[in-house]
Amino acid sequence: MPDALVRLHQLTVQFDDRPVVDRVEMAVRRGDIITIIGPNGAGKTTLIKAVLGIQKPSSGKVSLANSLVIGYVPQHLSLEATLPLSVRRFMLLSGRSDAECEAALERTGVRHLLDASVHHLSGGEKQRLLLARALARRPDLLVLDEPAQGVDINGQAALYDLIRQLRDELNCGVIMISHDLHLVMAATDKVICLNQHVCCSGYPADISHDPAFIETFGHQVAESLAVYHHNHNHRHNLHGDVVTSTDVQGACDHEHH
Amino acid sequence: MSIIDSVLGDFFWRALLGGLGVALVAGPLGCFVVWRRMAYFGDTLAHSALLGITLSFLISVPMNLGVVITCVTIAVALVLLSRTRALATDTLLGILAHSALAIGLVSLSFMPDVRVDLTGLLFGDLLAMSRQDLLWIYGGAAFVLTLLAILWRGLLMSTIHEELARVEGIPVERLRLALMLMFSLVIAVAMKIVGVLLITALLIIPAATARRLARNPEHMMALAVVFGFIAVTGGLTLSWHLDSPAGPSVVVTAFLAFLLVYGTARNASR
Repeated sequence: MPDALVRLHQLTVQFDDRPVVDRVEMAVRRGDIITIIGPNGAGKTTLIKAVLGIQKPSSGKVSLANSLVIGYVPQHLSLEATLPLSVRRFMLLSGRSDAECEAALERTGVRHLLDASVHHLSGGEKQRLLLARALARRPDLLVLDEPAQGVDINGQAALYDLIRQLRDELNCGVIMISHDLHLVMAATDKVICLNQHVCCSGYPADISHDPAFIETFGHQVAESLAVYHHNHNHRHNLHGDVVTSTDVQGACDHEHH
Repeated sequence: MSIIDSVLGDFFWRALLGGLGVALVAGPLGCFVVWRRMAYFGDTLAHSALLGITLSFLISVPMNLGVVITCVTIAVALVLLSRTRALATDTLLGILAHSALAIGLVSLSFMPDVRVDLTGLLFGDLLAMSRQDLLWIYGGAAFVLTLLAILWRGLLMSTIHEELARVEGIPVERLRLALMLMFSLVIAVAMKIVGVLLITALLIIPAATARRLARNPEHMMALAVVFGFIAVTGGLTLSWHLDSPAGPSVVVTAFLAFLLVYGTARNASR
C-alpha cells in the first residue's frame, strides 16, 4: 500500500464551540478519487479548507506527504469587474512557462480562449480554466470544490470524465465536493458522506443502501439512486468492480432518457 | 546647476515636480484600492494622518514619520479588529476614520504654541512645497515602486483569488501588511499635495479612469499614472491662471478626465 498523500487524524474544526467538522478520519492515496457529499452546512468546504491549510483545525491533525503539490479548483472565480485580466495572464500568474500553461489549457479544452478576457467566460469555461490552472502546477493532489457548478448536464458528465482521465495521467489523488449525486456515484471511487462527522463511507454501490445515507438524504434520493444503481450494477458485474468510462457514458445516456 | 536651481527655485515648478512624483505612485496603488475595494479604507488611513501630525509635534519627530507610524498602527488595528467580526468592516472604518480625525483636531487645539495651517493639511498646500518635501516624495516613490515590482505577482494573485493564492504558497497576510505600509507612505507624502480629505480621490479617480481603456493589470497601472500626470499638470495650471486652491483643482481636473473618458471611450474589455 503506497503512503497516503493526505491523512486526517480525528480532524475537528469548531466555530464558536459548535463543531462544523467532527473527528474525521480520512486518507487519500495516489490514484484515489474521493468524493465528499452531504447536506448544506455539513462542513464539506470547511473540511477541504483544512486539507488545503486555509482553515486551522481546532483539534486533530492534517498530515501531508513531503513536498506535496496541491492543485486547488475553488468553487468560484468571482473576479472584480474593475480588474482587467486575460486567460493567458491568469495562467501565467501560476509562475509556469508559456508552453506549460498552453498545454494545460489544451488538456481541459479551452485553449481557444487564450486571449479572451476572464470576464467574458461562461460558468463552464471558468471551471475548465480553473482546472487548467491547477493542472499547470502538476499537482500530486487535486482538490475540487463543486467543480461542476454552473455547468449544464452534458458538460457535467464530460467534466467528471475529464477529472478521472487527469487522475490517470498525473497519477494524482483527487478529493472533490459534489452535489451531483447521480454523476458522482458513477464517476467516483469512494464516497464519503459527511454530516459534521463521517456518517458513512464506501463504494458507490454500497453506500446508497446504507441506513445512515438514507437517513441523511431521505428515502426518495436513496431509492432513485438504488434504481439507478440497479442498472449500473449490471455493468459492474460484467466489467468487475472498477468503474470504467463506458459506465459514465451509460450514466450520461441514462440521464437523458 | 543654474538650470536646476532656476527650476527648483520657482515654486510653481517645485509644486509640479512634487505633484508628478505623487501621481507616479498614486496610480499603481490606486489600482489596488479599486481592485480590492479599499476606497473607504484609504479614506480612514488618510483621516488618521492628521492624528499622526499631532503626534509628531508631541514627541517631536519629523511630520512624515509621525504620519507613516500612525497610519501603519491604524491599519494593523483595523485588520485585527475586523478579524473579531464584532462589527461590520464599514462601521469599523467609519468609527476609526472620524475618531482619528476628531482626536487629531482636538489635541491640536491643546497645543497653542504650535501654529499649523489646518486648511493646508485638510486640502493640501501644494504651492508651499519645499526641496525637502521633494526629497521625501521621490525617495518614497522609489521605495514604493521597487517594493511593488518585487511583490507584484503575489499581490496580484492574492487580489484575484485569496484562497487560491494561499494554496499556492503566497504569503497573503504578509503581502496585505506590505500593501498597507505602502499606502501609509503614499498618504504621508500625498498629504502635502491634496490634503487628507482629498487623497482618496487622487488614488481612485485616475485608476477608475484607466480601467475604461485598459486591457491588462499593468496597462491599467500605466494609464492611471498618465491620468494622474494629466490631473496634476492640468490642476496646477488651472490654479495658476484662476487663482483657485491647488489641491481641489487637481481633483477637479482628474474628475473632468474621468467624465471625458467614460463619456467618449468604448469599453476596452469588460
